[in-house]
Amino acid sequence: MSATDVRASGVVARGAKRATLAGRQARAGLLLALPSVALILVFFWGPVLYGLWLSLTDFDVYAIADPSAVRFIGLGNYLHAFSEPDFWNALRITLVYALVGAPVSVAVSLATALLVDAKTTRWKPFFRAVYFAPVVTTLVAVAIVWRYLYQPQYGLVNALLGKFGIPRIDWLGDPHWALPAILVLAVWKNFGYNLLIFVAGLQNVPRELHEAAELDGASGWQRFWNVTLPDLAPVFLFVSVTTMINYFQLFAEPYVMTQGGPLKSTNSLVLLMYEQGFRWWRLGYAAALAFILFAVILGATAVQMRLQQREGRA
Amino acid sequence: MRRWLGVLGLAAFVAGCAASRPGPVKLRMWAMGREGEVVGELVRDFERGHPGIHVEVQQIPWTAAHEKLLTAVVGGSLPDVGQLGNSWISEFATLESLVPLDPFLVRGGLSRDAYFGGIWDTNVLDGVTYGVPWYVDTRLLFYRKDMLERAGYKAMPTDWKGWKECLRAVKARGGPGHYGIFLPTNEWMTPVVLGLQSGSPLLADGGTRGAFEEAAYRRAFDYYLGMFREGLAPAIGFNEIANKYQELSRGTFAMMVTGPWELGEFTRRLPDSLQSQWSTAAMPGPDGPGVSFAGGSSLVLFHGTKHPDEAWELVRFLSEPAQQVRFWRLTGDLPARRESWADTALTADARTRAFGDQLTRTQPCPKVPEWEEIATRVYEQADRAIRGATSPDSALATLDRLVDKMLEKRRWLAARRSAAGHRGRT
Repeated sequence: MSATDVRASGVVARGAKRATLAGRQARAGLLLALPSVALILVFFWGPVLYGLWLSLTDFDVYAIADPSAVRFIGLGNYLHAFSEPDFWNALRITLVYALVGAPVSVAVSLATALLVDAKTTRWKPFFRAVYFAPVVTTLVAVAIVWRYLYQPQYGLVNALLGKFGIPRIDWLGDPHWALPAILVLAVWKNFGYNLLIFVAGLQNVPRELHEAAELDGASGWQRFWNVTLPDLAPVFLFVSVTTMINYFQLFAEPYVMTQGGPLKSTNSLVLLMYEQGFRWWRLGYAAALAFILFAVILGATAVQMRLQQREGRA
Repeated sequence: MRRWLGVLGLAAFVAGCAASRPGPVKLRMWAMGREGEVVGELVRDFERGHPGIHVEVQQIPWTAAHEKLLTAVVGGSLPDVGQLGNSWISEFATLESLVPLDPFLVRGGLSRDAYFGGIWDTNVLDGVTYGVPWYVDTRLLFYRKDMLERAGYKAMPTDWKGWKECLRAVKARGGPGHYGIFLPTNEWMTPVVLGLQSGSPLLADGGTRGAFEEAAYRRAFDYYLGMFREGLAPAIGFNEIANKYQELSRGTFAMMVTGPWELGEFTRRLPDSLQSQWSTAAMPGPDGPGVSFAGGSSLVLFHGTKHPDEAWELVRFLSEPAQQVRFWRLTGDLPARRESWADTALTADARTRAFGDQLTRTQPCPKVPEWEEIATRVYEQADRAIRGATSPDSALATLDRLVDKMLEKRRWLAARRSAAGHRGRT
């Protein structure tokens, strides 16, 4: 139904018909969206709101047996978290994971993507597969191998370092080195995923722009900074935001390798949540921790997006 | 034609819905670790003796057992019979997921007298019995006889003073880089056992307050810290040592505090040349042989079981002395039933005899659901004191503060119960 048709006929009659059509279309749209919305309401918003309620109570093992043993304590769980040294320790470690681990991971992915995508690289599909392999390998199997690598007396890492005269480091037993050790494992395990996204993004950079820049006498680094990176901006934003969110929630690697130790030096917030909620059955407190983490991730993501958008405009 | 097909289909459907023939009673059992692997064999014999009962055993690893049981409690999918570590009995009894066994015990003729007293007591809460001990676990000393002999000791001393002197002598003979004993700093058994030996109740006021700052525990804590301060034990955790059997063979230390599963492990892992050189000894106490930890697993009936009588039959079968001995032969887990110890194999070996002796002196840990977490805080604070990150006084004060906070809910529930009692309501 074109605009001219609408104008050609009388206003009132056409207006009424248009309102009904729009209304019908709107209703049809709502009906089609309803199943998805219902699923999201039931399986996402339902549990989230229940979790919010839980975080305002002291739900624990006694409450599972006897529902009357639940007390509404308002912000008690949150205040308890803020007064617990364990919580601040976990928050600090989570921030290190996210603010150090995520940028390193993105940088490694981008650097490797540039190498894989370079003009002179042969066998590109092979390299992409090799770098993606750690992402699809089971973490438990990977952990067994990496535990051997990190072994202080007989491991490969210390053997290699020994060749350069560096003394033995107890990677998983020393509170100062366990966190870097876990980060290296996490970066190695996950960088392949972002690598593929970057490779796809890089292939969309028009080759003519690069040739033009080369003709103008731009060096490799200048070409990267002024041609590649601006073109990659949307991809970069997506990758950096999602990687940071994932690193905020780092759980599997420290859980499998060090269980949050030694002396709680690799204990992330999610690990603390797991310990409190599923080992000690303090589900109210764990729910509060989850919402605190949510607030942190929301804040960090907002800051990150603002920073990147500002850079994009400048 | 279509209508007739429809009627035929409906008839077939209705016939299919008719009551099925009463088949054998199907029991589900959950067992953990090595016990889970092995109990299937015993269960086959049970099925042969009880043709109307079929048992399905599901094996669960210990690392996942606690979470899996919690999920099953909340989701209502508990099995009929289960193995439960006896330090978990209070938790699951609080969750009202265990069937009280007293009526079954009377019928089945089982009682405390048939078992080691300290072990039996771990299953009793407020006078109600919730589990039947299946196999027992306690901690005592595994040591190298030759290293002690070289240091001038023909046998393990039986009191604290003698024990420390022995360790000093062993360390002196070993020289730098050598120790007397391996006590992992991230395990709670040793400081807790020393506390129990010293007469500490660990928790006071009906399990609602920490008692770690009191004199009894303080004495044990000082003794424990002394082991590390004097260099008698290395200040490392169980995950920081490459292979403790290797280190024991090398003579890095001469003994460790551990449990019955090591009887098999030592036979398998120590070199042949040392097989005649290791033995076991009961824990030394402050003034003579001391108590140890009452561990092990019990068999329980879970709430919601549809076949409690058949499930009880399975529990009774596994508790028969002959089955207990057979189980021991398959797993190395020590029988809980005293009668099984009359078997010559168990009493012939000096190493197993030490266990039989120690089992007569066991004490349970406080039977509160929070115990597992409290035990973790015990070793965490001890670890900090050992590494010098905090003073002993401060460590125990922090421990009591943390424990009191953990037990706050328990105090509130106790106050609520007594308030309800005072108001005349039950």
